[in-house]
Amino acid sequence: MEKAKSQKKIKNSKKNLQPDTAGPRVLEVKHLTRVEGHGNIVVELDSKNHVQDCKWHVVEAPRFFEAMVQGRPYEDIHHIVSRICGICSIGHQLCSIQATEDAFGLNVSEQTLDLRKLALHAENLQSHLLHIGYLVLPDLLGVDSVFPLAETHRDELVNLVACRRISNEFSRIICGRTTHPQRLIPGGMEIFPTSQELVELKSKLEQSLDRIAGIVDLFAALSDKWPDFKRPTEYVALVSPTEYALYSGEIGSSKDIIRPAMLYQQVTNEYCVPQSTAKWTRNTGDSYMVGALARFNLNHRLLSPRAQKAAQKLGLKAPEYNPYLNTIAQLVECVHSAEDSLEIISRLLDQGIKEEKPARIRVKAGKGVGAVEVPRGLLIHSYEYSDQGRIISADCVIPTNQNHSNIQMDMNAIKPMLSGLDPEAIELKLSMLVRGYDPCISCSTHLIDVTGEPKESLVKFIRV
Amino acid sequence: MPNKPKVAFFDFAGCEGDQLQVANLEERLLDIVSHIEVVRFREIKTLKQDNYDIAFVEGSITRPEDEPRIREIRKNAKILVALGACATIGGINCLKNFINESEYKSTVYGDFGRWYSTYAARPLSAVVKVDMDIHGCPIDRNEFSRAVKELLLGKIYSPPDYPVCVECKMAGNICRYEQGRLCLGIITRAGCGACCVTEGSVCWGCRGLAPEANMDAAGQIMDEHGFSWLEAQDHLRLYFGYNGKL
Repeated sequence: MEKAKSQKKIKNSKKNLQPDTAGPRVLEVKHLTRVEGHGNIVVELDSKNHVQDCKWHVVEAPRFFEAMVQGRPYEDIHHIVSRICGICSIGHQLCSIQATEDAFGLNVSEQTLDLRKLALHAENLQSHLLHIGYLVLPDLLGVDSVFPLAETHRDELVNLVACRRISNEFSRIICGRTTHPQRLIPGGMEIFPTSQELVELKSKLEQSLDRIAGIVDLFAALSDKWPDFKRPTEYVALVSPTEYALYSGEIGSSKDIIRPAMLYQQVTNEYCVPQSTAKWTRNTGDSYMVGALARFNLNHRLLSPRAQKAAQKLGLKAPEYNPYLNTIAQLVECVHSAEDSLEIISRLLDQGIKEEKPARIRVKAGKGVGAVEVPRGLLIHSYEYSDQGRIISADCVIPTNQNHSNIQMDMNAIKPMLSGLDPEAIELKLSMLVRGYDPCISCSTHLIDVTGEPKESLVKFIRV
Repeated sequence: MPNKPKVAFFDFAGCEGDQLQVANLEERLLDIVSHIEVVRFREIKTLKQDNYDIAFVEGSITRPEDEPRIREIRKNAKILVALGACATIGGINCLKNFINESEYKSTVYGDFGRWYSTYAARPLSAVVKVDMDIHGCPIDRNEFSRAVKELLLGKIYSPPDYPVCVECKMAGNICRYEQGRLCLGIITRAGCGACCVTEGSVCWGCRGLAPEANMDAAGQIMDEHGFSWLEAQDHLRLYFGYNGKL
């Protein structure tokens, strides 16, 4: 059946072509590499390599998390939804905990808030550095993965790996481990980092600031490698008057009013598209973007001083309309996360870590919404609980899902730039575009398999 | 096994957290890579080949079209290693096996549920022969390094066959039952160093049932500490969902 579908697609493309352009081809990048999850890019070329059509599909197996949590007790929910994604496990846990606490009307201590903010910074660093260094850098240096850099760019790679190690240790000290941590629970924390650990962490983060500066220099030197492509779109992110919003805030937009998180559905407006059968989102226009670039565009004034300097050095200035530069915005955020964490840690050390008992939870029926900025953008969990504290219904809106329509609109707009290029060059430009969004497809719980079986070859040409 | 075995990574339905653990080996990864040749690792590498000796496979089989793909991998690989709970025991994905298919489809996708192809989630071993399991959700980085070392020496790593309680005592933790919390460490296979209990939580059972786990005794302990069948079921279904005995 899948085959029939793809054949139909080729036929359709034939129909759309002008009669004088013979020999259309379909160029497919199957299972785009160096992204989290499974996605395909399908490009239709005519005989002169003019791009006729260009589509972004997702082939991840659906996982049904929103159904899986139904009937489960509130203590387990953050543990289960953490498994939506290995890379953003901390973000999913925090968002889930927020939603649960909101439903039960629970407030947590200032110290808990600080530790959660640290946890989020740690994840931001882990995830961003993985994306910047291991997933994107190979494109800029013209290799297929990070491994060959061990020969050609050893110092840069060692620096990068050292930064990653510090970010992993950061996450381990605060949350207990790097992936699917155990310490974060509704109401507070199971276990606290010791002040000695925090002192060590502080000196490591100070080191890492210098190391990240090295990465900033590297990317500043590579700034001519980015495709020159701009497409203004709507940028959506949490905003807060007092801080660069990550753990909490209201939903802001570059083109719309600010709304509290509980009204998230007014912003996300999920809808179905016949061509892709994946749920997309839109607000004021055809699409909007979430993620580091959206956060930078909306909140850049609240970045830490060093992060502002890094942005200047990297030539990133709000509003920035080039989606490829999402990676650069992530790098700026790395500086911010490290610097802001240092401030939080100093505060915690001054006050002294208190071994607080988690806040008492009084289970009641009700709804709650959590909204957190995770590395890839705005994440929302919304739960309805029974009076037994068991989930009646759940809704998770994942950043990558909100970006899919924007990726497609970017592809539509970039088409003229690609015409006449070699298929290899087209493939690289489009892969880099998608990779720039740092899509996390195993997170995307609302997507449908449209192209079926993976083909063995990476790129596929079909002459008709 | 050749001098520098070719290694490939694959994933099915899962969070890719186990491959992330591999990427998180940091400096150690560079060491390991000098002894093997990574020919496929989609999460971090573009070029790929189909000629490999060892396949690490993450994730559960959750739809009919996954089956030919895992069979193909089985055919190509000399050694097939299941990586992480989703692959070894079915894990969290099996939670949906307790819900009616049309119900979970419509819950998540509404009227578009019919577009989805899906069936009961299952571990790799339900479809193909698996040579080696690396348990955990996520896998333990040290255990992974050790398993790879043993593979390079031509051995198959076998995880501990005793329950988490043994390691939990060694870690010096207070028994969770004494604190009035339900914990699956009494029946779960060890090898993690009781990491979740040490982190203040309870054992969730992500490494699967220990061979010869005494379920009757476990039931008795849960009874004695006043836990209801529903509470026990909540825990048992979280990771052990594919196990027919439960």
